[in-house]
Amino acid sequence: MNRFLLPLSIFVVVVGFLGIGLTLNPREIPSPLVGKAVPDFSQPQLYDREKVLSPADLKGKVWLLNFWASWCNGCKTEHPVLMELAKSGEVPIYGMDYKDQQDEAMTWLRRWGNPYPIVGVDEAGRVGINFGVYGVPETYVIDKQGVIRYKQIGPLTPDTVAKKIIPLVKQLESE
Amino acid sequence: MNWVMLIILCVSGPAWAGEARPLTDDPVAEARLKHLAVELRCLVCQNQTLADSSAPLAEDLRREVREMIAKNMSDQEIIEFLVSRYGDFVLYRPPLKATTTLLWVGPFALMAIGATALVITLRRRSRTVVEVSVTDEEHRRVEQLLAEGEKRS
Repeated sequence: MNRFLLPLSIFVVVVGFLGIGLTLNPREIPSPLVGKAVPDFSQPQLYDREKVLSPADLKGKVWLLNFWASWCNGCKTEHPVLMELAKSGEVPIYGMDYKDQQDEAMTWLRRWGNPYPIVGVDEAGRVGINFGVYGVPETYVIDKQGVIRYKQIGPLTPDTVAKKIIPLVKQLESE
Repeated sequence: MNWVMLIILCVSGPAWAGEARPLTDDPVAEARLKHLAVELRCLVCQNQTLADSSAPLAEDLRREVREMIAKNMSDQEIIEFLVSRYGDFVLYRPPLKATTTLLWVGPFALMAIGATALVITLRRRSRTVVEVSVTDEEHRRVEQLLAEGEKRS
């Protein structure tokens, strides 16, 4: 019996590590941008190409930046959550239409609703690269000083909004 | 069956050839891009390099790298540009630091543990084999048996 004890304990340890491995998501790459100043950009607005969306205009408030696209499946899943959050008025969600066709983006928003006060257009995906976006949807929480405080990779869920986004926004508002 | 395979191979040849199209007109810049792109990971299809991947993001990142090469930025600067946005994860050879110690030291530590276990087991086993001295009487008996065996064959 004793001679099985060592192999068995090694096996249990290996299974333990593999078990932990299964719960991790390889898609969630920690962003080096959290805690850093929001990358500057100045993008034309979807509904008024003459005007721009720029982080400089949003200094002094807590806001979310949501990268989305009409071609993105995860964005469709996330969309009701954004609508709900926008309706609650807790925090403004600014949109960045990532590598998309303008008319398709507008059709999409007309069909499913528009949770964004302003939507910027990032046709070439350059703003995305500066934000380290590698898949849409991605959402950033930006504080009053214009520092990125949180990055959500993949769709926001009611759970992440309730447990992470809203508490964080409340904390940042009081800072 | 073999014929079918051969036809499939011949037909699919040009499909792979499409991926190797030149990325810039300048051969020096192209060589630099290739050299950099094999060191960088595509973040969408994570087990491909930036050079291999045909994901739209990889294409965009190659475009960025190409532009940085055109701006005469050093390899170091280009890599820093990407790491500051995507983290060490874009590097196929992550730097040795506190968070990556396990990654770099782990395999050697495992090998050391294995080697120690092997040495300990071998030592223990050699101790359990007890030498028993053979008496003169037994020697004689063995020789007698061997001799008998030879006669029989």
